[in-house]
Formats: sequence, structure tokens, C-alpha cells
Amino acid sequence: MPKVLTAPAMSRCIGCYSCMLACARLNYGSYSPRHAALQIRTQGGLQGRLVADICRACREPACAEACPTGALSPRRGGGVTLRTEECIGCQACVRACPLGVIYWPKNGRTPIVCRHCGVCVRYCPHGCLAMEEVPDAE
Amino acid sequence: MLNESYIRVLDVDLGTGRVRALRRPDLQPYLGGVGLATALLAEYVRPDLDPLAPEQPIVIAIGPLSTIYPAVTKAIAMFRSPLNGELGESHAGGRLALAMRYAGYDALVLHGRAPRPVYLYVDSDQVLLKRADTLWGMDAEEAGRVLRDLEPGRGHRSIMRIGPAGERLVRYALVNCETYRHFGRLGLGAVFGSKLLKGIYISGDCDIPIPNVKEYNRVYTEIYRRIVSTDAMQKYHDLGTPANVLALHELGALPTRNLQSGRFEGAAEISGEAFAEHDLMRKVACSGCPIGCIHIALLRQQFGDEHEYSWTGISYDHELLYSLGSLLGIASRRGILRLLDRVAQKGLDAIATGVTLAWATEAAARGLIDTRELGTDLSFGDVEGYLNAIEAIVEGKSELARQLALGVTAAARRYGGEDFALALGGNPVAGYHTGYANVLGQLVGARHSHVDNGGYSIDQKPRELTDEEIVDAVIAEEQERNALNSLAICMFARKIYDRPTALAALKAIGIPWTEQDWVDLGRRIYREKVALKESFGFSYRDLRVPARFFETPSMRGRLDPQRFARLLELFNERLDAIRAA
Repeated sequence: MPKVLTAPAMSRCIGCYSCMLACARLNYGSYSPRHAALQIRTQGGLQGRLVADICRACREPACAEACPTGALSPRRGGGVTLRTEECIGCQACVRACPLGVIYWPKNGRTPIVCRHCGVCVRYCPHGCLAMEEVPDAE
Repeated sequence: MLNESYIRVLDVDLGTGRVRALRRPDLQPYLGGVGLATALLAEYVRPDLDPLAPEQPIVIAIGPLSTIYPAVTKAIAMFRSPLNGELGESHAGGRLALAMRYAGYDALVLHGRAPRPVYLYVDSDQVLLKRADTLWGMDAEEAGRVLRDLEPGRGHRSIMRIGPAGERLVRYALVNCETYRHFGRLGLGAVFGSKLLKGIYISGDCDIPIPNVKEYNRVYTEIYRRIVSTDAMQKYHDLGTPANVLALHELGALPTRNLQSGRFEGAAEISGEAFAEHDLMRKVACSGCPIGCIHIALLRQQFGDEHEYSWTGISYDHELLYSLGSLLGIASRRGILRLLDRVAQKGLDAIATGVTLAWATEAAARGLIDTRELGTDLSFGDVEGYLNAIEAIVEGKSELARQLALGVTAAARRYGGEDFALALGGNPVAGYHTGYANVLGQLVGARHSHVDNGGYSIDQKPRELTDEEIVDAVIAEEQERNALNSLAICMFARKIYDRPTALAALKAIGIPWTEQDWVDLGRRIYREKVALKESFGFSYRDLRVPARFFETPSMRGRLDPQRFARLLELFNERLDAIRAA
């Protein structure tokens, strides 16, 4: 069965950012945690909660519907697959995502979208993130 | 700068508003962190002027590994200290190193005095001085909240700010960084205040490509695994440094009631174990560190009938439980948390506050001062009195309050009682009475801090050391830490970043340093700090140790002043050789 990224235990998060650093490093060749497909942030500073902005793996992704070239297409199990060579850089996907979790890097030519690959999960020291098996699309 | 052969410095003149972004290849041999900050301080500081003169610089630097390897999370501030008049150096975690890295700066240098209250805004495209008239007077928590709301930002953000103590130039005021981390020691908050600088907001979102992902990932992952999968860091993420409280009490090394004793009968009540069991609410981490050592306790206070409660999360560490706990004879966890909350809001260094209040308590009992000038009584164990005294010191409404705001050394010089004023080199001491290396280390350390050279740890070696071994260990450890602090790693991870690991981490990002380069850097910084201190009038030949350190038995028994004088003489011989080299 396909798998998708979930964040079931964010109450355990310490805000170490190891997940973002892993995604940036291994998927985007960047040191910068801003260049990651998930973002951990505080709500109301460190006195508040830590939350994860992640792709929720929509079954009918609005970003793919908005993509004029088909560079983004629905992925088995939810979410999207990006073919960068077909992307024209219009940023329609960024505007279409209802949760605002598609990131357009500064001076970038293509979006940063979650691949549901699970490297972030492997670098989480507290089990906040998980890969969940989901059935194929009906 | 990563992937570049220069250091990028942001130079801001707060007086004129002139901003310069400088490329400095000449600073590259310092790596970053402490080395870089030492070089910049030497370049900008004015030894002929008062520490709070407008011309004096504030330097904040990060290092080449900052936040791209686990637990490399510190930013290093250097300045001329308004507390002791000499080398000011303080390190803070939080998100500052991350924000500076991705705003694109290795170091900030701020100088001049703003014509009106301001805060500095920095991101990867802009540097702005913004009005802070309305923020002036706010406590540190409120100022942080307002700045967070004013500047939504799109990058990872760091918010530094001072509280009323910094504005009023209390000489041991601190700079709060992300609520739970601080530039605590030696009065950086007063330097901010003297420049009418309420805070600094930094947001970073630029991309920095990795030249060799495979090799970098290999070294990163090995370090990450050692931190999270071995027991090397267990102490720090389990009970945290408060594990020391009970352990030091049992060794007779926990300074209690102004170091009238090394044991505290309330140690179990205020121990790391008790806090973890009853008050620990959560743990958080600095950005880029998987340890999560920041322990936050819940302070729940009833403010009305019908079960009306307020709550606050308060971070605690060994040094805080010592300085606002055992040192003041306070055996109540709630009492300590209330004091921590008060110093956090006012923006005061907890260690210096505790040491100053402990001295005042004893000085009052001996009739040297009259605490009615503070509008309160002071006695060991009385939390309310200390809460009132903190308020009075920051308000500065009486002569005694204003003297106490200058620090314990200045107050004791004025009123007497220097023999029990617990400062070494003008810096209030940390929470250990372990033996000779601890006292010597803080006395001759560049910033008179227990973490300059870890003397407290040298004392805890299994066997008794000779004079030569103590002196050589204090010097060697400080030189090694100078190199490590140029990477700006967190000292908690110092055992992870041994020399081979540090050099491998540098190599994997394209900085091929040798072990000899590393050793030379540590020594060079040591010499340059000594020269800076001497330019500020510090003399290694003219050092006093308050009698209390010799009267109260340490973990190693009573310390002998004559043996200590021999240690100091030997240290000076070694220092002469270092200068001549």
C-alpha cells in the first residue's frame, strides 16, 4: 500500500528542526530548513505549541487541478508528484493549496512540494511524525 | 560565509542609521564564533572610553557549522562589560544562529547610540531601524510578543529584546533571546539600553546550496546518531543540568546561603528530580539540536477565589536553582519559579541577581546596609523580600538600590563586606564550590565564567591533582574551548565534537583544517583575549579572592590561601611564556 506523511504526535515536538534539515539536505541539496516541504513552527512563540505544516495528501489535490501544464499530477495514496521539467514557474499551485503548504523558494524556478518520501520521519528524535499506509485511490 | 572565502559582517551605526554589509576575507582565519567576535571586538572597541559610551560596539557572531550540524546552536556576543569594565562575552542558543545564517550574516556589529528608542530589523533583503518608543518600558515577555506580531516575517525568526533592567542600565541586565534563552552574563542588556536599542529582529530565508551532499550527509548523520542513540547526551535531556543540585549537595559543593555552607538541607526539595516529578511541563530545543535540554516548569498561581489560576512556563537550569535557590536559602520550588519569573520579566541575569541578593542579606544582618532603603526586609529563605528587592533594584529609587544595580563587587566596595561578595574578576560566580580549579578557573578565565575552562569539572577528576596539573589543565581547556567556541557549538555537546569530529565536520563542508590549525587558533584567541583584557586595565598580578571561598570547605576540603597563591604564581609564569611565544 502507498504511504503518506502524517504528524500524529506533535505534542511531543521539541522544535529541533531535524526533520526540516533532513528534507532540505536530502531532497533539495540545501542547508536551509526553509527549503523543506514541511515546516515546523510555533504558535505564539515558544510559550505556545509547536505545529507542523505538512502536505495532507489530498486525494483530489487542488494544486494539481490548478497546474496548467500537468507538471503536478495526483500521486497514488494522495498528494502529488512533480515533474520539474514541465513546470513553467507560474506559482498557481502555491495559490491553490488550501493549507498554504507549497513553498516557492526565493529566486526559485520550481515549487517545493512534499514527496511523502519519509526522510523527515527518519530524523525525528521523538516520534512526532509517521508514515501511514493508506489504500490506493478508489 | 558558507561556500565563500570571506566573512560577511553587517555593520550598523545606530547613531546615524548607516548600514554596511562587508566582505572580510581577512577574518576567515578566525573561523567564526568566539574567534571572529574577538577579532571584531578588538577592531571596534574603545579601551579609552566607558563601557556604556555610545562608540562601544556590540558584536554577535556565528560559526561555519552553525545550525547545519546537530547541536551547533550558539551565537556569541562580545562587548566591553559594564559590570566589570573588561571583556564581555556571553553565548545564547535559541533560533538566533539559524536566523543569522539564513539572513546571510556571520557577524553583526552595532555601534553608536540611537537618537530615540529603536529596534533593529534584519532579513535577507533589508536592514531597518524602526521606532520603539512604544516598546520602551515593556517587560521582556511583552516586548517579545509585540515584536512577533509586528513582524510576521516569512523566514525563521529570532527576537532579542531587553526588559526594564536593561533600559535602566542595571549592570547585570541580560538580553532575552526567544523567551527561554539569554545572553545572560556580564551586562549586555545594559549595553543595549545605553544605545536605546530595545531589541533585534532577524529573519532568515535564503537558500545555501550544499556542495557535497553525500559527504555532508554522512558526517551529519553520524553525529546525529551519536547524539540521539547513545547515552552521551542523556544527562542533558533527562533531568537536564538540574541533576547537579542533589549531586553537588552530596559532595558538599552546592553554594548555600551566600556560601556559608556547601550543603543545603532543602536540596532534595529543589532538585532536578523533584522539578521533573512535579513541575516539568515540557522540553524544547534550540533550532538544529535534537537534544531538547530546555526544561520548562509550570508555575500555576491562584489569583482569586473560585479557583482562578494564572499559568506561566518557566525554564530552569542548575545555575538558576543555585543562584535563586540554595544561595538564598530557598527550599521551595514555587518560590524559586516566582523569582525566576520576576528576573525574566525584568531582564536580569539570574546568577548575578542571586549573588547580589545573597550578599545584601548577609550585609544587612551584619549592619553594613539598611534594607529599609529597598522597602523590604531580606532574610535567607524569604521569597517575598527578594521579589520586592528585585523590583527596588530595577526601579533604582534609593542610593542602596542604585549601588546594588552596579553589581555585588561595586556594592561591597562601597559598603564593606568584600570578603563575602561572591564574585571573581568582578563576575558573580556559578553554582559550584568544588575546589582550587574552580576558583582559579573563574578568576583567570577570559570572561570569569565557569565555562571558560570548566575548572569545576577539573576538580572532580578522581584523583587529587598537583599544582602544575591544575594550572595546565585550566589553560589547555580554555584554549581548546576557544577553538570549539569558534564553531559556536553548544558546550553540552563538547564530548561529541572531539577534535577528529570537528575537523571531519569542517572538511565535509569544504573547510580542510588540520589539527595544527585548530590548536593554533585556540592559542591565538587565548592570547588576543588576554591582550584585550589588559587593554581594559585588567591585571593578572593583582587578583583578589574573597575570604569566603577559603573559609567554607569545598568538595575537596578547606582551600588553603597559600596554596592558591602558589597556583596563581604558577599561572602567571605560564602566561608569561604564552605571551612570549
